[in-house]
Amino acid sequence: MLTVKGLNTEYPSLKGPPVKAAQDVAFEVPAGKFFTLLGPSGCGKTTTLRSIAGLERPVGGEISVNGRLVYSAEKKIFIPPNQRNFGMVFQSYAIWPHMTVFANAAFPLEVRKTKLSKKEIRDKVMRVLSAVALDQYAEREATRLSGGQQQRLALARALVMEPELLLLDEPLSNLDAKLRDRMRFELKRIQRELGLTTIYVTHDQGEALALSHEIAVMNEGRIVQVGAPRDIYDHPRTKFVADFIGTTNFIDGVALGQDSTSGRWNVRTPVGDLLVHTDQTLAANMRVTVSIRPEDVELLEEPAAANGYNLVSGLVDQKVFLGDMVDFQVKVDDYILLSRAHPSLRTPIGDRIYIRMNPEKCVAIPDTSPARAAA
Amino acid sequence: MASTGQATDLPEAVQQPAIKADPKWFVMGGVVSIVAWLALIPLFFLIYQSFRTPGTARKPAIWTLGNYFDAYSSSDTLVLFANSVEFAAGTAVLALVVGTALAWMTERTNTPLKPLFYALSIIPLIIPGILFVVSWIFLASPKIGLINLALQKILGTDKVYVDIYSMAGMIWVDGLHYAPIAFLLMTAAFRAMDPSLEESAMMSGASMWGIFRRITLKLAFPAVAASFLILFVRSIESFEVPALLGLPVGIQVFTSAIYDAIHSYPSNIGLAAAYAITLLVITMGGIYFQSRITAQGGKYSTVTGKGFRPRTIDLGRWKYLTAGIFVVYALLVVVLPFIVLLWSSLQKYYSVPSWEALQNVSLTAYKTVINYPSVGTAVWNSFLLSVGTATTVMLLTAVVCWIVLRTKIPGRWVLDQVASVPLVLPGLVMGLAIMVCYLSIGGGIYGSIWILFIAYVTRFLPYGMRYNTTSMVQLHKELEESAAMSGASWFTAFRKVVLPLLKPGLLAGWIYIVIVSVRELSSSILLYSPGTEVVSIVIWEMWQNGQYVELSAFGVMLIATLFVFVMTAQWLGKRFGVKES
Ligand SMILES: Nc1ncnc2c1ncn2[C@@H]1O[C@H](COP(=O)(O)OP(=O)(O)O)[C@@H](O)[C@H]1O
Ligand SMILES: [Mg+2]
Repeated sequence: MLTVKGLNTEYPSLKGPPVKAAQDVAFEVPAGKFFTLLGPSGCGKTTTLRSIAGLERPVGGEISVNGRLVYSAEKKIFIPPNQRNFGMVFQSYAIWPHMTVFANAAFPLEVRKTKLSKKEIRDKVMRVLSAVALDQYAEREATRLSGGQQQRLALARALVMEPELLLLDEPLSNLDAKLRDRMRFELKRIQRELGLTTIYVTHDQGEALALSHEIAVMNEGRIVQVGAPRDIYDHPRTKFVADFIGTTNFIDGVALGQDSTSGRWNVRTPVGDLLVHTDQTLAANMRVTVSIRPEDVELLEEPAAANGYNLVSGLVDQKVFLGDMVDFQVKVDDYILLSRAHPSLRTPIGDRIYIRMNPEKCVAIPDTSPARAAA
Repeated sequence: MASTGQATDLPEAVQQPAIKADPKWFVMGGVVSIVAWLALIPLFFLIYQSFRTPGTARKPAIWTLGNYFDAYSSSDTLVLFANSVEFAAGTAVLALVVGTALAWMTERTNTPLKPLFYALSIIPLIIPGILFVVSWIFLASPKIGLINLALQKILGTDKVYVDIYSMAGMIWVDGLHYAPIAFLLMTAAFRAMDPSLEESAMMSGASMWGIFRRITLKLAFPAVAASFLILFVRSIESFEVPALLGLPVGIQVFTSAIYDAIHSYPSNIGLAAAYAITLLVITMGGIYFQSRITAQGGKYSTVTGKGFRPRTIDLGRWKYLTAGIFVVYALLVVVLPFIVLLWSSLQKYYSVPSWEALQNVSLTAYKTVINYPSVGTAVWNSFLLSVGTATTVMLLTAVVCWIVLRTKIPGRWVLDQVASVPLVLPGLVMGLAIMVCYLSIGGGIYGSIWILFIAYVTRFLPYGMRYNTTSMVQLHKELEESAAMSGASWFTAFRKVVLPLLKPGLLAGWIYIVIVSVRELSSSILLYSPGTEVVSIVIWEMWQNGQYVELSAFGVMLIATLFVFVMTAQWLGKRFGVKES
């Protein structure tokens, strides 16, 4: 449906070379899917989205929607944004303060080339306004809406034009936490009901994991990994991705060799030899980093049988009670491993404790990976 | 948080016992009295005078309503009023249309030559109003105007094509002169607008024109209305244009009527005061509505995203048209006026450009001007006055701003208002008020250079307030408090911490006031006497005497000096920027 190939976008800067805000960005989004660009602030998400919208003019690459080229550097095609028929919700909502709620939502229908009758406009607008639960506010001044309502109005305005593509730039970031959770469900529901192909930009990994069919993680202007939320969470390919999404333990090590039956690699680390999973090609003696999530670091008060699991032991160093769980810091040799455990585990600080890790969850990342950004 | 709370409470606790002897109270008290005296007393005398008959040696002045009766019973007044409004509204509209178009082009399009335009916007600082008017007379008067002569030559007729001595001519000249102000006001308005408001209209499928008409223009409306009022007030206060272009053909507006009433024989100061009060009411109304609109415009501010400058609209081939408009504008406000002045300054007697005249190019006029008796005095007076005024105003208003923004003295906002009173006083009205005031009080101030000094300081108080406020708002209160916590006295803290941090802002304001003082004409014209001429007065007198070439030579030198000065200011005051506003 949406295909982005080799996209490069630059901003001129007053001094020195231009800022390369998006570099070789490429991805594909099938029709009806919810695709998220995720990354830290300044990594080029907005730039990528605006390039798709046509609000920025890229310097290279190709963008096509439903087989229609909207931008191609090679063929010198650039369809202006007002002819692309993409709906967009801006981070600031960009609600026009001099219009009513109705006028805001009706604007795309009023300015389009094929004229609709007054009644048709009214019907369509009221339909989207009720879809976002704003129908009773139709005649209100747009400035007199609350933040959440403005956000829904911005969404209604994007939906009313029945866009080919819906572009959302951090639409929830200006809302307070409670409202954000509610709107997250709303967004998902509306997207699913209308079957809209959606590109969503956020720096909040929770939002991305909860909403998306597929996520592209960006860093320093480039996409570093694309995949389903589970896949990205469970099998990060770079330290940056592992670190940016969720919390994780990193253990440095050296690959020893591959177990021929299970396909697992053996890695020598300061906490002991570990069996690990990897999607990437390793070689013996390669330096690797093993990433394991705190919730996958199982704590046991008694030693257990290996059964193909990784077993180590250490001393409880710190505990933080969080209500529905307890964070343990366990000192294994000189390494501190973070573990997230059930509050029923009450091992006192200083006591010995046993750790069990599923090799499937221990992900080896070769140190040659391009991301150096993880700090 | 807790420690901040303590820090703010502390100075007050210290203030209480020290209330008697603290030198800051003397400084503040002195400043408050000076400001109140400057801003309010002349106004009082003006109102007083408007209810008095002219006093002579035989007949002492008595109370009367006659001045108002004279002013309002005559049908001339209606014409006067209509003329003033037509002139001011026309000027404001012309300036606004030109300024808005130019602001939109520079802020939102990829028109070439943009940097040139920012440079152009400071030109009105450099070309004093009176010189601008004179150069347009050279260009478009029916007899000697170059435009007429050129067209007549080309078309082989003796028809008069343009006549600057008309209402349209007045509006044209004043409108062009104020367009840069409109440009700066509208540029600020465009910058304050969240670009995503336009981008979302773009995404909705609106055309460029549709966006401009339905979004940009509507959102800019409060700013447009406020700018209109500012320009309206400015132009109804204009003196140079009505005096030089209107009076010769009998088109009177309030300012020229005031001038006429004073300079008729016998001079009728009561009538002038009555006109002045009327004018004052109009300008007060204008400024009142302007501040209301500006305050209401606040409701248009919404949640804004990240503050990057909006992507400019690619005009395609149209950009050559917009660049062309720039060039034409530059020709009209800078190049042509300056060239005609330069041309005429190089002649012995004023003559239109021709091959013969080109043979006669000489620097005689410059020599004459330099040896002209009143020029030396005027330059020296202007120098003393501008430097003295700028220094006094900036120091005075620094203290006033500090009191208003930093202390908790009850009623301090009144001080702010009082210091802003001169803003509503047209220069001519101010001149009249001060004249009346110091004629009544006596003491030899009237007739000395001090009266000009007082007038300038009063007139430019609001500018000093603005520059000081801008920089003091940026100066964090805790910097001062930490000085206090370190044991510095109030005076030491002000001298060692506050003043140095304010320096860039003070300097920018200082330079601005020097420039406007050098150009000042409308107050000075009522207050100067032989020996206390200033440069603008010398230009005025040269014009009255028909010394066109000398005037041009003097004008060219003045413009060159101001140019150097403004460039230095730009270079020094990058942080705050010196600009017309
Ligand atoms: N209009 C602009 N002009 C210059 N630089 C910009 C502009 N917009 C963004 N940038 C720069 O491009 C990079 C990517 O920005 P952006 O796409 O907004 O990041 P994100 O949305 O991921 O936070 C940043 O370094 C930012 O400073
Ligand atoms: Mg962004």
